Amino acid sequence: MALSVDRRRFLVGAGGLTLATTLPRAARAQSRPVKIGLLTVKTGPLASGGIQMEQGTIRFLKDRNYTLAGRKVELIVGDTGGNPAGTKTKIQELVERDGVDMIFGPLAAFELLAISDYAAQAKMPILSLAAAEDMTQRKPNAYFVRASGTSAQYMHPLADYAAKEMKLKRLITIADDFAFGHEQMAGFQRVFEDAGGRIVKKLWPPLVTPDYTPYIAQISGADAVVQGFAGSNPLKFMKQYQDTGLKLPVLGNGTAGDEALLKSYGDEAVGMISCSAYTGDLDTPSNKKLIDGMVKDYGNIPGLYSAGLYINGQVAEAALEKTGGKTDDREAFIRALRAVSLTDTPRGPFTFDRLGNVVGTFYIRRTERKGDKLVNTTIKSYPKVSQFWTYDEKWFLAQPVYSRDYPPLKS
Amino acid sequence: MTRFPLALAFVALATLPLWMPGTYYVNIASQILFYAIFALGVNVLAGYAGLVSLGHAGLFGIAAYAGAKAITAGYGHSVVAVIALATTLVTAAVFAALALRGTGLGFVMITVALGQIVWGVAYRWISITNGDNGITITGRPFPFGLSLASPRGFYWATLVVFLLALASMAVFVASPFGASLQGTRDQPRRMNALGYHVWMIRFLAFLFSGFWSGVAGLLYLYYNQFVSPQMVALTASAEALLMVISGGTATLLGPIVGAVLVVVMKNVASAYIERWNFVLGAIFVVIVVFMPDGLVPGTVRVARWARSALGRA
Amino acid sequence: MSLWFVLAVNSITLGGLLFLLSSGFSLIFGLMKIPNLTHGSFFMLGAYLATSLIAYGLDFWTAALLGGLGVALFGGLVERFILRRLAGAELAQVLVTLGLSFMVADVCLMVWTGDPIRIATPAALRGTASVAGLGFPKYRLAISLIAVVFAAGLWALLDRTRLGAMIRAGVDDAAMARVVGIRVSRLFTIVFCLGAWLAGFAGVIGGPILSVYPGLDGEMLPLALVVVILGGSGSLLGSLVGSFVVGFLYNFGQAMFPELAYVVLFLPMLIVLVLRPQGLFGRPAV
Repeated sequence: MALSVDRRRFLVGAGGLTLATTLPRAARAQSRPVKIGLLTVKTGPLASGGIQMEQGTIRFLKDRNYTLAGRKVELIVGDTGGNPAGTKTKIQELVERDGVDMIFGPLAAFELLAISDYAAQAKMPILSLAAAEDMTQRKPNAYFVRASGTSAQYMHPLADYAAKEMKLKRLITIADDFAFGHEQMAGFQRVFEDAGGRIVKKLWPPLVTPDYTPYIAQISGADAVVQGFAGSNPLKFMKQYQDTGLKLPVLGNGTAGDEALLKSYGDEAVGMISCSAYTGDLDTPSNKKLIDGMVKDYGNIPGLYSAGLYINGQVAEAALEKTGGKTDDREAFIRALRAVSLTDTPRGPFTFDRLGNVVGTFYIRRTERKGDKLVNTTIKSYPKVSQFWTYDEKWFLAQPVYSRDYPPLKS
Repeated sequence: MTRFPLALAFVALATLPLWMPGTYYVNIASQILFYAIFALGVNVLAGYAGLVSLGHAGLFGIAAYAGAKAITAGYGHSVVAVIALATTLVTAAVFAALALRGTGLGFVMITVALGQIVWGVAYRWISITNGDNGITITGRPFPFGLSLASPRGFYWATLVVFLLALASMAVFVASPFGASLQGTRDQPRRMNALGYHVWMIRFLAFLFSGFWSGVAGLLYLYYNQFVSPQMVALTASAEALLMVISGGTATLLGPIVGAVLVVVMKNVASAYIERWNFVLGAIFVVIVVFMPDGLVPGTVRVARWARSALGRA
Repeated sequence: MSLWFVLAVNSITLGGLLFLLSSGFSLIFGLMKIPNLTHGSFFMLGAYLATSLIAYGLDFWTAALLGGLGVALFGGLVERFILRRLAGAELAQVLVTLGLSFMVADVCLMVWTGDPIRIATPAALRGTASVAGLGFPKYRLAISLIAVVFAAGLWALLDRTRLGAMIRAGVDDAAMARVVGIRVSRLFTIVFCLGAWLAGFAGVIGGPILSVYPGLDGEMLPLALVVVILGGSGSLLGSLVGSFVVGFLYNFGQAMFPELAYVVLFLPMLIVLVLRPQGLFGRPAV
């Protein structure tokens, strides 16, 4: 049983604190390691993604021998328990007690929203995967960088593909009844309907729904189904969908088609078309390194979460190199973070927009069976996708944020 | 005899921000205090009335939601407090009217259902509650020129409220009303026969319990600067109940000790112990096995036994 | 038209699964007066054990029986060494069963990781059976059948055997049962193991539909609570009827009133509790 009490951490916690408060900042600048605080979920129902986040971070640091831009790196992991109040306490712990230089994480949008104001006040750079739209749109945080994408950023290309390549006309959406699901499906709807398609029905099962059949039974009168579930829900949905004998094609978001989830699926997932910011078959040196390392250390194929944190590591590294390893001037550091432009990453080339959100490639993949394994085969790439898709930024921001009822269904 | 340790504890609490190393621990102490207020509120029912509520997070949360709505509407902080507590009391009255139709497990289940309904509303009535993203507020009040924005200021303000809660509990327990409430717990029929209005006693106790849960909820809101449906979830109710039971029901000190245990395990120990959930569960099991009436009465019993054993030796 | 049909079939399936889960819960609660909040963990633990047994090469049904057995063993230990000391102390029982559920959840996370695990539907029951031109998923029909068989078996056990007579006597009045020479404590262990076995078995049987993942325990426990509250504790007929009522409420409620999806189970439960606190088939509390 791994009841390991990390004694070294304890010493840093108790003794390091007095040191940190007595010495002036500049005096200890270059001598001490860069501290990265990782906010993740290691216990409770959301733990699966959270543990992958930690694995991706550790893989990256191992690849760099725990040294970035000539400075040693210390990683401090905080388990939020998947709870916004817990996240708030953990970020206080990382910032006020451990004196971290930047935060990776957290996992869920509601966790991120709970700490956004605090982090901005503390001028703490945050590199997160959490997809809440308004974090980089109508309520931006100047210290925030997102290398993965907003909820809808994954869905805009998928909708484009569904309308233009698959020539689908009428679709039904089904997603978890929370902000992530709402934002995804709203983004899908806007692009799909602007391309001439129609969303005929939107179904919203509660986040905790053991049996989706009451919702699946309402699927009819459409060419295909778009699912936007997260966590273990895509698995349950696909299985129950197959059980009811429905044959309509299924389109999925990044979390539904995630590489890390493929080992849990059976044949019900074969043929699913999904769109993600990361794809396993992308041929870049860093992606190969990531996959090899993950398989060697954890026996796991990396997915969105571990790749996302690996990429965050690369972003931090690039920014540190630009500042000569300095993090003390937070304004300079965040400027460097947002100016990062990388090509060799597990998700391919990307840059950031003025709000700190990624502009990068998104991949349309088909899930296929290869031997006894399921794999995703990339069938189309959309390069340089911005969170505003092809819309004018000013116009986009003047619209209400994507939500459960916006855009409304056309009757 | 008890006066000296009490005075010592008071001095330690009052000066805590001065000797605690770093604001992080002061913030943890503030959290312990408002969770202790919540647990004291739950204890009124679970301990003194023998009515176990698993829906109190609904009251805890509704105060925070009402407060957050009032703050976003631009009201001043004293108005906010009045609105939040009035909303909580009205909700508590509705809860009580329904839940007191049952006793024992019936009561537990009705409170579970009520709590889940509040949770469902918080989750789904997005136009009011902003769904799972919750409501974020900015700023803390400035009562009597003391800024609560700093961890110290907030701690001291929370401490004052906590002491008020504790004093009100002490008065309540010693009062004829407290005695009659314990009577309805132990001998409901006899109390009825003696002419006490058992239902009304329980109803008022529910309001009293709800009031302090609401106060704690408002402090939670000001501390965290946000409220979200997880605050109203069944697990939050269970957590408060765990604090009460593990510390010791129907004692003044028990819920406070329980709050210390749970908050420290969740927030501080989780940094050192990867499997803190397992350890927390194990602690509860160990408490039940070795001190079935809770940490505080259990420790008192052990101390008394040790003293008499020493006396005999 | 076929929507209602699918919902009706599915209501019966879910009812069957819930009956397996909650009959044990109801017996434990009725006989021992223990609000067993680890019951959801039993369900999840059974399913997890079965995934390992299946990976080891056992077939689904053997894994279901053995998975249930593993849970029964665990339940027996919990009853014998912890719960037995706590007779009558309801608050302590709440604390200890919640504490155990934390521990089980964390151990499962550690052993089986947080990734969801799929349990394959037994080969013979894959696909749909066509009856009168309508497709029934075979496995779901099988669940209903299993529930009926178990209901009959449990009824026979309670109504036709000596053990059953002793259990009924214990449910009605434990003190009196003790006076007439029934070893109530042994009875308690048997009933607790049986209840744990049923829950663990239900977890495996539910696996092909639900799969197994962290948090499954917390999703199932409230459903079992609602069944027992609606049906009345300690009553087998109550759990049977309660399970199917919840099955129908859940399916039709979510489909017809999606706006109320979060309260569709708790609102009816609240109404029953307020109007008839002992449940539909329970006896009024003395």
